[in-house]
Amino acid sequence: MIRINCPYCGERDHSEFSYGGDATINYPSLDASEKEWTEAIFFRKNIKGFQFETWHHSNGCRMWLVVERSTVTHEIKSIKPCHPDLQKVVKNNK
Amino acid sequence: MTKFNAWNVIKNGLNGQSYWTRQWRDPEPKSSYDVVIIGGGLHGLATAYYLAKNHNIKKVAVLEKGWIGGGNAGRNTTIVRSNYMMPGNHEFYEHSLKLWENLSHELNYNVMFSQRAHVSLFHSPGAKDSVSRIYNIMRLHGTDAELWDLKTLKKKIPHLNYHNSRFPILGAAVQKRAGNARHDAVAWGYARAADTLGVDILQNCEVTGFARKNGNIESIQTSRGIIKGKKIGFAVAGNTSVLWQMAELGNLPIESHKLQAFVSEAVKPLLDQVVVYGVGGAHFYISQSDKGSMVFGGDLDWYKSYAQRGNLPMVQDVAEAAMAIFPSLGRIRLLRHWAGVMDMTMDGSFFICKTPISNLYLNAGWNYGGFKASPASGWYFADLIANESPHNYVQNHNLERFEKGINIDERGAGPDPKLHG
Repeated sequence: MIRINCPYCGERDHSEFSYGGDATINYPSLDASEKEWTEAIFFRKNIKGFQFETWHHSNGCRMWLVVERSTVTHEIKSIKPCHPDLQKVVKNNK
Repeated sequence: MTKFNAWNVIKNGLNGQSYWTRQWRDPEPKSSYDVVIIGGGLHGLATAYYLAKNHNIKKVAVLEKGWIGGGNAGRNTTIVRSNYMMPGNHEFYEHSLKLWENLSHELNYNVMFSQRAHVSLFHSPGAKDSVSRIYNIMRLHGTDAELWDLKTLKKKIPHLNYHNSRFPILGAAVQKRAGNARHDAVAWGYARAADTLGVDILQNCEVTGFARKNGNIESIQTSRGIIKGKKIGFAVAGNTSVLWQMAELGNLPIESHKLQAFVSEAVKPLLDQVVVYGVGGAHFYISQSDKGSMVFGGDLDWYKSYAQRGNLPMVQDVAEAAMAIFPSLGRIRLLRHWAGVMDMTMDGSFFICKTPISNLYLNAGWNYGGFKASPASGWYFADLIANESPHNYVQNHNLERFEKGINIDERGAGPDPKLHG
């Protein structure tokens, strides 16, 4: 079991969460070329090691998180809310 | 290499089994080969075999970082079927099934292929319509497919849970020519047959880098020295992205996820088919091995991972699915479970294609279904490498299909690799 320390709820089993995907995708502008959109939607780094990824606390507070996790050992280095403004709120409350 | 036949079995039986020779050599790497296949799994070994057999290219090496049959070749639930409907896919998998039907003779090695029928249960009129459409498409292409009504199903498999009021069993979609095989024997059979034709199988030979010249890959740095190859093929499943980036080729439409398989203690003959149960978020497939163990599996672990070990929530999930459909398994004990790293693609279909490097060829993206595909995968990958143009069946199984909008998405699940189960 992976334990994810939700900034809102505290540490919980990963079975409370749903895995989203790569958190580093930058979607191009709407009038960008097909090539750029294809790259953003379909192509992935598929990192072996630490990566930033999204998790949804779907059976908890239902907030989206950015988790820095190793895809080899499953060790977690950092967890923060997806939304940058919420990151500030969580930080100020602590 | 001593051939397996009745005469040799009797002769060695009388001689204390002392005249058998080793199954394949353990050669030192040569400095150069016509074709180097990276990855000594079923797909890599099959490719090497068909390169030598069909295309007479015999100066071939298969590089394997561990030992052959130690990766996903030994981490699957051994199911063989061809119930696909998308153009390209159904022809490909049907060709694979035909190769399976003669594989033991072809390789002179008993792969224990057993056409025991693949029985896919349905639980609602909508599901019946949907599966009827797929199985009718199969029939139109000459693949065997049939529907069993409840009466037939009860007669064939009496001990399913027919009293589930939430998901009542209404019948099953069946492919009778489907079944399973012994996974280790397939790896060993291809290795032995390829070795006999002159292929070098280099185990404990991990690729650590590539040297480029004029845009091509000139040589491969490995843990057993530098090896040159005129043509190079990748067949490394879950680790494709790692090699791809080692060759400085950027990103791929692949994510590596892990899938678990489970084996129970051996019991007396209980199940004579492969049974698939998928409804309401559950996904479960089960068969019984020749030793008597129940072999079964379910969904991915739902998060990206290169770890070859499974996590407990999925063990529970699979056990719940087992109890829902096979309550009689309730007191059976689990012996082992393990995970393999799947190369899940953005549309659930594979790649057998050329790459931006002119002497590099790609075989990847097998999702859940690499085992059954291995003979045809080797066949068409060898064909691509030898003839430098893809066969009609795999002409759209390339990396450009996403930009062109011709995704081959059997499930219609969209560009999320973990959904293509």
